[in-house]
Amino acid sequence: MRPQRIVAPVALVLVVVLALALPWGLQLAGADFYLSVASRIVVYAIAATSLNLLIGYGGMISLGHAAFFGVGAYSTAILLSEGVQSAGLHLLVVVVVTALVAGAIGAISLRTRGVYFIMITLAFAQMLFYLANSIKGYGGDEGLTVRTRSLLPFDLNLQHAPTFYFVALTVLALELVFLQRFVHSRFGRAVQAVRDDEVRAEALGLPTYACKLVVFVVAGILCAIAGGLSVNLQGYVSPNVLHWTQSGTLMVMVILGGVGRVWGGVLGAAALLLLQEVLAARTPYWEFWTGWALLAVVLFARHGLAGVPGSLAGMPALLAQWKKRLGAQR
Amino acid sequence: MSGLFLIEQALNGLQLGLMLFLLAAGLTLVFGVMDMINLAHGSLYMVGAFLAAWLAAASGSFLVGVLGAVVLTALFGMLLEASLLRTLYARDHLSQVLATFALILILNDGVKMIFGTDLPLSTPAALSGPVEILPGLMYSAWRLVLIGVGLAVALLLYLLVQKTRVGALVRAGASNREMTTAMGVDVGQLFTLVFGLGAALCAIAGSLLAPLLAVQVGMGENILILAFVVVVIGGIGSIRGALVGALLVGVVDTLGRTLLQQLLRDLLPLQWASAAGPALASISVYILMAVMLVLRPRGLFPVHA
Repeated sequence: MRPQRIVAPVALVLVVVLALALPWGLQLAGADFYLSVASRIVVYAIAATSLNLLIGYGGMISLGHAAFFGVGAYSTAILLSEGVQSAGLHLLVVVVVTALVAGAIGAISLRTRGVYFIMITLAFAQMLFYLANSIKGYGGDEGLTVRTRSLLPFDLNLQHAPTFYFVALTVLALELVFLQRFVHSRFGRAVQAVRDDEVRAEALGLPTYACKLVVFVVAGILCAIAGGLSVNLQGYVSPNVLHWTQSGTLMVMVILGGVGRVWGGVLGAAALLLLQEVLAARTPYWEFWTGWALLAVVLFARHGLAGVPGSLAGMPALLAQWKKRLGAQR
Repeated sequence: MSGLFLIEQALNGLQLGLMLFLLAAGLTLVFGVMDMINLAHGSLYMVGAFLAAWLAAASGSFLVGVLGAVVLTALFGMLLEASLLRTLYARDHLSQVLATFALILILNDGVKMIFGTDLPLSTPAALSGPVEILPGLMYSAWRLVLIGVGLAVALLLYLLVQKTRVGALVRAGASNREMTTAMGVDVGQLFTLVFGLGAALCAIAGSLLAPLLAVQVGMGENILILAFVVVVIGGIGSIRGALVGALLVGVVDTLGRTLLQQLLRDLLPLQWASAAGPALASISVYILMAVMLVLRPRGLFPVHA
């Protein structure tokens, strides 16, 4: 049996146990504050995983994904500020609104390819960014603060930090299970075939445009749910969540974690946010050092963090290859 | 709405367009020749503006500040290209985005460490007031300088690219890099020079716009996106496209902020107009780009066959 077959399930169980035990662990350590950091990581992991679905499996490099985070966040915040508190209603509105927005943006953007797709998604995200800046009735450029939270069944109170953490964690778990099943499903394989060679997929009779559009909309909705959660975590939303640098940050998380790997988004979000947290506590110039860390990843870890164990496992083979090559030169 | 008002707005559009052209010219070549997405181009604009403000304060002369900033930023750009960006040309777009995004973070904080979060830079006293360019039309002298310098640089760049041997090599590289290399041109070396030139143009735009906008950390991020819009509208890799695209974006943006507002006020109830106006003004150039990408996916002046 290959060692990976044992290591992977053990690692999975370990991660799940650690994630579930975290609130109690932090309480014992007297570090309750860090639970909000963990919650933020989970929210961004949901968003980054949705972008990984789009980039890694759909092959659509979008530099405007933060727009959907913003749509979800603003829909939730506006409903809350109008006194609508039902979480079910929030979810319904977020899904419907994002489906419409992502459907429209995707339908137009998917007519373009390559760098043009990157640029047109960026353009649409900028439009929504300026739109958010101009809705004066809901905060305009100053953002919108909400005092209430979405009301979940069973009297779950999202203002209670551990409750929020577990709710967000559940959403993330559902998303990961969905992604895992999607990858091996008939539709998932079709989407990956389109990613690998669109002309061939089309020749095989796959409806390539429709495949891509469905993935674009689903990824948008998942990201919007993360946006809705972020409002419940922070009680605040501002146009900054739609700024293009936020789309860039999400993309950085995906690349950092591992493009097209189920755990890539989670790893990337956790690594980037923890790095920021650690550096920000020590220096006002934490962005400077984050930048160098990211550069190191680009230059030395080509498949992101999820690829590191694989690269290490491949080291002996690589060394043998080099030796052979050196021998051949002599 | 008078004719004088229209002329004034047209001049504003021209001024914005020319400055965007300075930024987009370098970007479009990097994008077109090396197929490289450089998000850090806006950071060169910021570095140029900070150097100009610092040198101008140290020497007491605006001109010294600008010239010094142009030379230093060009050197800095070439150093950046030769040390880091060069290794990214062969990588995929995702790696380029990650690396140049990291560069933005590094340069933003690097500038903050050296110069602080912002620096003052004001117009030279002789050019700070308005001048009467037509009977009854007063116009900012500094904006006229910007238009003049912008036109002069655009002309020089046109001559350089269209009429010189180096320019011919750059154009050859943009339309087919492999073939140009096969013909014995050292595209790598050529490209370090092109990158330096692009950085110098960023510094010109940064230092000239500094008195109108502000010299602050993060100033590059928003204008970078406008430069990308220009590049995509004009056609990736085309200098001529960058010029036409920049003027188009400059005029559309300016008209969106003035004429469109008046039109909305005339047509819609005041309440709606004041709500929709500012959003539409900022969005107009992005709508222009989206429409362009759908109708002419390769831009106004496609370079690659």
